Amino acid sequence: MIWYTGKRLLQMIPVFFGATLLIYFMVFSLPGDPIAALYGDRPPAPGVIEQIRAQYNLDKPFIVQYFIYIGNFFQGDLGTTYSGRPVSDVMAKAFPITARLALLALAIEAIFGILVGLVAGLRKGKLFDTSALVVSLLLISVPTFVIGFVLQYVFAVKLGWARTTVSSEAPLSELLLPALVLASVSFAYIVRLTRASVSDNLSADFVRTATAKGLSRRRVVGVHVLRNSLVPVVTFLGVDLGSLMVGAIVTEGIFNINGVGGTVYKAIKLGEGPTVVSFIAVMVVIFVLANLLVDLLYAALDPRIRYAK
Amino acid sequence: MKIRRLGIPAIALAAAGALVLSGCASGDAPAESDTAAIITTNGSEPQNPLVPTNTTETGGGKITTSIFAGLVSYNAKGEIENEVAKSIESDDAQNWTVTLNDGWEFTDGEAVTADSFVDAWNFGAKFSNAQSASYFFDNIAGFSYDADAELTGLKVVDESTFTVELASPEADWPLRLGYTAFMPLPSAAYEDMEAFGENPIGNGPYMLAKEGAWEHEVGIDLVTNPEYDGVRKPANGGLNIVFYASMDAAYADVQGGNLDVLDAVPDAAFESYESDFPDRFVNQPAAIFQGFNMPYYLEHWSGEEGKLRRAAISMSIDRKEITDVIFQGTRTPATDFTSPVIDGYSDSLKGAEVLEYNPKEAKAKWAEADAIAPYTGTFDLAYNSDGGHAAWVDAVTNSIKNTLGIEAIGKPYPTFAAALDDRSADKLTGGTRAGWQGDYPSLYNFLAPLYQTGAGSNYEDYTSEEFDALLKEGAAASSVEDATAKYQEAQEVLLADLPTIPLWYSNVSGVWSESVENVVFGWDSVPMYTDITKSE
Repeated sequence: MIWYTGKRLLQMIPVFFGATLLIYFMVFSLPGDPIAALYGDRPPAPGVIEQIRAQYNLDKPFIVQYFIYIGNFFQGDLGTTYSGRPVSDVMAKAFPITARLALLALAIEAIFGILVGLVAGLRKGKLFDTSALVVSLLLISVPTFVIGFVLQYVFAVKLGWARTTVSSEAPLSELLLPALVLASVSFAYIVRLTRASVSDNLSADFVRTATAKGLSRRRVVGVHVLRNSLVPVVTFLGVDLGSLMVGAIVTEGIFNINGVGGTVYKAIKLGEGPTVVSFIAVMVVIFVLANLLVDLLYAALDPRIRYAK
Repeated sequence: MKIRRLGIPAIALAAAGALVLSGCASGDAPAESDTAAIITTNGSEPQNPLVPTNTTETGGGKITTSIFAGLVSYNAKGEIENEVAKSIESDDAQNWTVTLNDGWEFTDGEAVTADSFVDAWNFGAKFSNAQSASYFFDNIAGFSYDADAELTGLKVVDESTFTVELASPEADWPLRLGYTAFMPLPSAAYEDMEAFGENPIGNGPYMLAKEGAWEHEVGIDLVTNPEYDGVRKPANGGLNIVFYASMDAAYADVQGGNLDVLDAVPDAAFESYESDFPDRFVNQPAAIFQGFNMPYYLEHWSGEEGKLRRAAISMSIDRKEITDVIFQGTRTPATDFTSPVIDGYSDSLKGAEVLEYNPKEAKAKWAEADAIAPYTGTFDLAYNSDGGHAAWVDAVTNSIKNTLGIEAIGKPYPTFAAALDDRSADKLTGGTRAGWQGDYPSLYNFLAPLYQTGAGSNYEDYTSEEFDALLKEGAAASSVEDATAKYQEAQEVLLADLPTIPLWYSNVSGVWSESVENVVFGWDSVPMYTDITKSE
């Protein structure tokens, strides 16, 4: 187990270098001069542009830029944005908000998704099951921004139950609505995954054995069916945590949340290499750790799974 | 994106889904504290620390204009009114004497003197300071584009007087002086300009509420400056500018009562904002000119043939129809090269009929050009696809296609940077979208930077001796009226040559909530914040 974890963590090193190099190269290859574009139709004096380019090392070849970045990275300096702010400051503001939003969404989709999926799976073909399927189909087929705008309009603008956008402190109460929007699609998938898995397992041999042993239905469902049904769901949740962290651009935009998605989007548009790469590097780490956690959870959930050295 | 018109059933269905999902989540109402006098409005994160000479974009411009007072400021109509200046005088439009009013102070207690201006302008113009607004000082004697040089044209006479010698006469030079680049700076600024830009000390109607009032990417809190005694005395207690990444979110906030004034309307609400905010909206022309340029290095587009083709293209575009249908009336068809809010704008310049839709004449001109050299290939119009331009570009190219019977298509570039690259490298294959927002309310500002031979934004290499001469005469004219006449004449040259095909003026559209009154938008599309009152 420790061996396995250590090996996986070591694998992160090449992944980190590969990902940062690749991303840096992609940002570098974006067409156009980012500094000239900053000023749009009203360019400053040519000498001014040159000086700013030199200040951000944009006048150097790609590989030099990358190594300057990596060199500074290991000294704890992540570079600056084109407005002169340290990237570390930007990250320190964006990540906590996004992390709270993503974890809240993850909690909502996991708790309600598994619960609804379990009940639907146990009552296959009944009214609850059918309506769960219809609602989940609806959520999957309606784009996130539609759900976002509709919930914002109904609950914030019309009913006034929530704030239309999230304020700078972003307390959990204000993040609830965006988290619901963010969770909606994954919630639907989890309902369907859990339902299918539960109904499969209900007819599995070990469930029949457990029932034949005279275990209470509560115990059969709670321990044997549910636990075994969670393996695919946990896989999904692990991947989803990663995409929730990075993929909330639309939701962040609707609710004016100053999070990771929007910041990266803006940085890509501006061609800000250091910002994009620093954010992506952290996301890569989050992705890898989430996957590792999922793999470790398998063993806890399903005793048949053991890790090779 | 037309969510607001999905209809009740769709909303009800989705709401029902949401209720199931949330287990009837109880949203908590926002606790509104009583800060009635503070006006909230939208903005965007300033590109740079708030140093006036390094602020050339609107996000930072809104703030610097509010916390600084220059020699003059602009009223809603774009006329200048004296602030720190007592008088700005010249006999020859080249040598100016500026006299300051007494009693002006920065919020740190330092007096605003002639030095406060002269030092700030020298700082802004200095090459190695790399200030984005440095070119605003290029007409002051001593300015250099490629080396550190002192502005020798600025001379301090005494505490409250300084003289300015311009490199060439400029009759409407005082019109520039309300622009942020010309603000004074306290001596504390020069110790560490970047730190100063985080917590700027000004002399304007507002000041930062506290150290660190600018919360990056979130907003900035301004309160009234008790020492301020100029023409922009605030009628409210302060200004809370909230930064939005998306206008849709800002629009929802005005609807939801979290935002008082919004100075833009998102595309999705073009059709509904007038009914969403009855009597509380504005839609009027702004100092924004939009058109497209045809490079002179392209075959068929220079010389006599080029003139004919440019006129033909211009007359084959149905501007009225496009502004009505695509923009829902939030653009105004162009009749010149400036903007209706600028003093000296005209809708009756000689040759302006070339901007009217006239398919017959367009075809005739095109045929005439074909007689000189037959046209083959496709007409394309470049634009950046990340800016919402596709719809009107398609409309324009379709209009050209249907009128002239040639192939015409839009040519999307992924980003503005990519489009600019080909533009500055002379690699365009057709027209390119172009826009200009006035820095200060003067015809000159709409003409010189774009069409003068060798000017900074004259990417398409237009050159006309006649135009350059008229511009120079206008600049040297002894009165603003004479200057205007010359600038209008210069535009008539442009109408004959059409280096840019004018399309329309962008309107400023904005909405505000029930809790505020006296919302008037200035010439620069920014609300006159100091006049706004809160009715609660």
